Amino acid sequence: MKKIEAIIRPQKVEDVKNALADIGIKGMTIAEVRGFGNQKGFIDHFRVSEVYVSLLPKMSLSIVVPDQQVNEVVDVLMDAAQTGEIGDGKIFVSSVEEVYRIRTGEQGEEAI
Amino acid sequence: MHRRVNWRKAGWVTLLSLFLIGVVCAAMAWAASDPSGTATGTISDVTAKVAGKPTMDEIATQVGHNTISINFVWVLLTGFLVMFMQAGFALVETGFTRAKNAAHTMAMNMVVYGVGVLGFFLTGYALMFGGVGGVASLGGCTALNHELTVNLFGKTFGLIGLNGFAFTGGTYDVGCLCLFLFQVVFMDAAATIPTGAMAERWKFVPFCLWGLFCSMLLYPLFGNWVWGGGWLSQLGTNFALGHGYIDFAGSSVVHACGGIAALAGIIVLGPRIGKFRKDGTPVAIPGHNLPMAVLGVFILAFGWFGFNPGSTLSGNDLRISVVAVNTMLASCAGMLSAMLYMWATTKKPDLAMSGNGCLAGLVAITAPCAFVSPFGAIIIGLISGLIVIWVAQGVEWKLKLDDPVGAVAVHGANGLWGVISLGLFADGTYGDKWNGVSGTVRGLFYGDSSQFIAQLIGAVTCFVVVFGLSYLFFKIIDATIGMRVSPEAELMGIDIPEIGALAYPRDDMYSMPDVVIPSKVSSHGNGNDHSRRNRDKVGV
Repeated sequence: MKKIEAIIRPQKVEDVKNALADIGIKGMTIAEVRGFGNQKGFIDHFRVSEVYVSLLPKMSLSIVVPDQQVNEVVDVLMDAAQTGEIGDGKIFVSSVEEVYRIRTGEQGEEAI
Repeated sequence: MHRRVNWRKAGWVTLLSLFLIGVVCAAMAWAASDPSGTATGTISDVTAKVAGKPTMDEIATQVGHNTISINFVWVLLTGFLVMFMQAGFALVETGFTRAKNAAHTMAMNMVVYGVGVLGFFLTGYALMFGGVGGVASLGGCTALNHELTVNLFGKTFGLIGLNGFAFTGGTYDVGCLCLFLFQVVFMDAAATIPTGAMAERWKFVPFCLWGLFCSMLLYPLFGNWVWGGGWLSQLGTNFALGHGYIDFAGSSVVHACGGIAALAGIIVLGPRIGKFRKDGTPVAIPGHNLPMAVLGVFILAFGWFGFNPGSTLSGNDLRISVVAVNTMLASCAGMLSAMLYMWATTKKPDLAMSGNGCLAGLVAITAPCAFVSPFGAIIIGLISGLIVIWVAQGVEWKLKLDDPVGAVAVHGANGLWGVISLGLFADGTYGDKWNGVSGTVRGLFYGDSSQFIAQLIGAVTCFVVVFGLSYLFFKIIDATIGMRVSPEAELMGIDIPEIGALAYPRDDMYSMPDVVIPSKVSSHGNGNDHSRRNRDKVGV
């Protein structure tokens, strides 16, 4: 099993959720995060001085999928989250050792 | 299910209702009714020995009483409006500072009301007005008759009042108390101004001591010299300098006093951590709630309709309409000139500075509002919008002082501009016998350069005395108990360390303590079973 972590623009969450639902992904964890990369921050003004804001708001999606689904999910996700501008985000894929469902105690791929 | 009608009960209820309706109709027909108001308020309402037949003397007495009554209602209601400005200050200051300190900023603004009013009651009122010599528009207040004076070069100079401490000495009097209410809310405006400049790093105990110092000593001292019959108001009768120093509603007595004390305070207190880089350039620390600040600006602008027009102390003096309109025009002019200047120089019509501009216009017009034309009011307002921006930039970039809300620029600088503008723009349409000098009040542009000199003397005195005394006060506090919170407290937010409570607790910060679910919430509806088994099923 693999964990796919995607850091995307907040306004793209709905598009990504719908696109993943279309290929059968029924659940995910979404967190509000802040960060920066190639996308530079912006200048905020208050009264007579200014401040450079580099911590930009993004959303982080985490999905755990069976190994054979990874490529399909990554393609769909990348397509839905893309705008073509700097700041679209990144996708990280890592291995997951074990998965449990808390309510029933199931583990492994049935628990995803 | 078929319901049986209780016909006996229905019958009695119907009879009783009809009876009551009949009684009410009869009463309405018999009672005197006057929907248009033309028959209410008649000769029978004139106080007279024989009701409905007053003598000439009785009519004249009623007229005199009504004249004073109109003034009482005016002074009290405008005083209530000025009290509401405490909310305006609280909202502007809290909106312009950070969320992690909001409970502390709000606490200062709330407590300055309690501490200030009691301090002014104990000593401030007596020191400021104890020797003013009476207030004719409020029916006399003749107990305010003891001023400490000094005789120099054959002239008398008033220094401080000495009657009326805690309403003793004959000042438990309707007129004296009416004046007290109006004056105490002005003092509280001055006392609350430094809380904005010193927010986010000022310890609460020194702030409370400031409230006492301002209300009991600092404010009444300068205030007595201007409004209490003291030496600045006597520059006309003593040295033929116009009508003496004039400050109609308090550009210097209230606003410059607060703004200059704020300047002394931020010098002693130091800037917030992170405000200035190592090379000295300032960093913006944005306020957490601009909508709150805008609401505060409007509440202040509204309250100012009490501040300025109320200062006639008379609802019979119809100059109040000119005062109110001048106040309104200056506020709008200040807002627009600040907004346009920011738009031209930074490409954006900055919201916070437009608000500061509006307040700057209000501060600046406060002294001259009764003596200038509407055109003059607009000019004064336009200039104040520019002054507030230049001074704010100077304070932050040149003097390297941290003033989170711009109190020094809005109240200090524009308070002084206000009293100086009176010496320029007073147009001679009002003010006969002001400070005991006959003739109306004129400024430099209308032919009286001596009035301008008097204004300069007052402005310089205000700065020197207020800055000197408040700087001394803050230095002593800093050397004894310390003015500033610890760096650790400042970085985490001073709500918990100083006030013990967060302004904005987040619900998800707190875990549910062990609760007993009340019987109505239980899903089984059998009420009394609070057993653990039942709680598990409800899903707690």
